[in-house]
Amino acid sequence: MAGVLALVPLANIGWDAATGGLGVEPVEALVRRTGWWALTLLVVTLAVTPVRRVTGWNRLIQIRRPVGVISFVYALSHFVIYVAIKQWFALSFIIEDILERPFITAGFITLCLLTPLAATSTRKSIRRLGGKKWRRLHWLIYPAALLGVLHYFWLVKADTRPPLVYAAIVIALLMMRLDLPAPFARKAARSDSAEPAPSRS
Amino acid sequence: MLIRRGSDHIPSSEITPEAVYLNRRKFIGRLGAGAAAIAAGVPLGSQAHAASQSRGQSDELTPYEAITNYNNFYEFGTDKEDPARHAGNFTGHPWSVDVNGHVSKAATYDLPDLLSSFTPEERVYRLRCVEAWSMVIPWQGIPLRDVINYLEPTSSAKYVAFQTLHDPEQMRGQRARVLDWPYVEGLRMDEAMHPLTLLAVGIYERPLLGQNGPPIRLVVPWKYGFKSVKSIVRISFVEEEPPTTWNIMAPQEYGFYANVNPEVDHPRWSQARERRVGELRPRPTPMFNGYGDQVASLYSGMDLTRYY
Ligand code: HEM
Repeated sequence: MAGVLALVPLANIGWDAATGGLGVEPVEALVRRTGWWALTLLVVTLAVTPVRRVTGWNRLIQIRRPVGVISFVYALSHFVIYVAIKQWFALSFIIEDILERPFITAGFITLCLLTPLAATSTRKSIRRLGGKKWRRLHWLIYPAALLGVLHYFWLVKADTRPPLVYAAIVIALLMMRLDLPAPFARKAARSDSAEPAPSRS
Repeated sequence: MLIRRGSDHIPSSEITPEAVYLNRRKFIGRLGAGAAAIAAGVPLGSQAHAASQSRGQSDELTPYEAITNYNNFYEFGTDKEDPARHAGNFTGHPWSVDVNGHVSKAATYDLPDLLSSFTPEERVYRLRCVEAWSMVIPWQGIPLRDVINYLEPTSSAKYVAFQTLHDPEQMRGQRARVLDWPYVEGLRMDEAMHPLTLLAVGIYERPLLGQNGPPIRLVVPWKYGFKSVKSIVRISFVEEEPPTTWNIMAPQEYGFYANVNPEVDHPRWSQARERRVGELRPRPTPMFNGYGDQVASLYSGMDLTRYY
């Protein structure tokens, strides 16, 4: 299931690359496509738990970790394409960008936040860290998503509507996790521990 | 070293137009019309041209395919592909241009009438977008100063202001207020009168397609592309510096002058380099987009970090 999901963006980008659908500036297109998929899949990852609660479709939890990892893979490719092709490895330009341009700073911090999450996404890490610690660490996905949206918001030139849509979704998802009635929240927290424990299916 | 997409990756559709173009050059040469202009070639800033050649970087013409499929023309949408997608039916016929302000021959002109007394010239210019990409475009157009001289502005005219068509029916991008429509731009009178400044009517010997701003648009090759206002319906001769759309939108990012300047960065990216469309490796951006020899004197004594 998650494997299939991973292939959707890849197929989309690959198909367009093969058919000229990336346009006459494929570098720009690749940077934007990978960034868009990274953020979109990050939002999907965040949405899993609320959607599961609302629909009661518990098996959904199985896709949460894999989708999060795939999001990271796109974020990393996004960064690599930026470094290698857009900036042609010109370190001084890259450092200047990260330090002086707020939208790049936000993107960079987002990537830094996502890295430990991806690194600890194996079942082995979950076992090693223990559910509680693991969950505390993986709470970082919220600031990461917010900063990812900020990155998007700061980079658009005129039409701020798409990043605002993402902002609205992320904030709504955040509120859904914070504003649950107490008993429900406790129950939810308990059932969340189903995630770190290797799931049986 | 200059890295290009392998020639095996360039679809034939990208190559053909240049062949067509060269054929047409021959054709025109046979006709004798404009042959001299073409032979005299190309006011590519000579110094920058030499400089880019010494770096092993050439100023080859950008293929027609790219010029007509990668456009910033927010009137038809904010994505680069939107104008090609949505401006197919936009031809700019019929068209009238309102000339007003401090000018003797103020009137509303039918465009073909107005243009009938001029012969379009051939100009190959680099185009540097404020977003740090660039192209080399063979324009056909009329030097703006010829038109201005014909219209006879009075001595009170210190600036020329331009306005793009506002017609959300045809221009679907205008149905959303992403910019403060209609798009307006302007030049100081000496910039407008500069021999490089062009009112373009064609690219590669063809009338402008919808996405390139037909039937008439400005081309100011030493300034960022957004100064080169498209689909012009109004030309006003004014006394004060006129408002300009991107400056209204984000004054810290886009100034009135918008001269290409590698030393003054956009707040969100460096302007020191650019990527020529069709190439991968960024190249350095020359001051005034390589036209410094011709235009630097317009700005002597001005602090270009302040008047960006
Ligand atoms: C060091 C890290 C990063 C760098 C240097 C970076 C750089 C960039 C650049 C240069 C663009 C294109 C801007 C433009 O077209 O004007 C972009 C777009 C984008 N990036 Fe990043 N980025 C980084 C990390 C991230 C991360 C971690 C995410 C998501 C989680 C992300 C999401 C996006 C999105 C959504 C877009 C816009 C796509 C669109 O226009 O549709 N970026 N980024």
